[in-house]
Amino acid sequence: MYVIVVGGGKVGAQTARELVAAGHEVLVIERERAKVEALNEELGEIAVVGDGPEVRVQEEAGMNRADLVIAATGRDETNLAVCQVAQARFARQRVIARINNPKNAAIFRALGISLTVSATEAIMAHIEQELPSHPLIHLLQLRGGGFEIVEILIPEDATTVGRRIHSVELPPDALVPLVVRPDGTPVIPNGDSVLEAGSEILAVTRPEHETELRRALTGGA
Amino acid sequence: MKIVIMGCGRVGANLAERLGAEGHDLTVIDTEASAFRRLPDGFAGRTVLGNAVHHETLREAGVEEADAFVAVTQGDNRNAMAAQVAMHLFGVQRVVARIYDPEREKIYRDLGLHTVSPTLILSERLHEAIVEP
Repeated sequence: MYVIVVGGGKVGAQTARELVAAGHEVLVIERERAKVEALNEELGEIAVVGDGPEVRVQEEAGMNRADLVIAATGRDETNLAVCQVAQARFARQRVIARINNPKNAAIFRALGISLTVSATEAIMAHIEQELPSHPLIHLLQLRGGGFEIVEILIPEDATTVGRRIHSVELPPDALVPLVVRPDGTPVIPNGDSVLEAGSEILAVTRPEHETELRRALTGGA
Repeated sequence: MKIVIMGCGRVGANLAERLGAEGHDLTVIDTEASAFRRLPDGFAGRTVLGNAVHHETLREAGVEEADAFVAVTQGDNRNAMAAQVAMHLFGVQRVVARIYDPEREKIYRDLGLHTVSPTLILSERLHEAIVEP
């Protein structure tokens, strides 16, 4: 793959190192000459001095033959501009944007940049997983389709304990493909499977139906 | 009209003076408190200290009730992002962004943003001044 990384700071440089080690062709665009020189010294001629959102810079970087663009600077406004210019001028479908302030994820999504990575969100997701009593854990955001995979723990006091799955009214478009029973056995449930206290339900849902789904499966516990 | 201006440089302050004289309800945002000194004596609008790329700052400036939002900081990327946030997330009807880079100005215009490129306007004026009698 040919990957263009915009931003040669800690995140951009480390991403470039990993990609080079994995055998990919990489070009880093970075504004500061000193950072470019350090990267070139370490990894061979892979970095150029330039302002990532500029059309000419992207053109010279060979944006039209790039398989992937990673906007990894420490500024969200720069990362957004990199993605918007790449998508508008070079029909780049595959862009990944680093988001420094999680609140900015909404504007990236609204502008069609669905693949974003936020360190803060990643840390929060891990905290969620480390809390055993957390009622709903986000496992995976499915790209583009507006679905996500979540895990829901059925608490001891859930009013749905003992009920069969078909008798639970799930929100529209929600699906329960897997149940991990309290003893750790994974089962693919059918409508007759009974909800047990302590089991973990893996469900596919639209993000806006998350609360409704949790309420349906746990009875609001 | 209720208007929010992001960036209190020469252009932002001059625009605030014009709009203020017409009696509009103004809020000016800048990251530097010293920038507000550019505003005219007796400026009747509000000033908000902060970075308008942040939603909190935009809310504090009252962008949710604003009829218009103007982004005139020195940074094209900042202007473009704040203007798109005002338009897409806060539903402001009239949004204008200054974009120096003519190439990017065209991209944002195609994406539905109202843009002004001082580079293009100045270059046109200079061209006229040179070749026209």
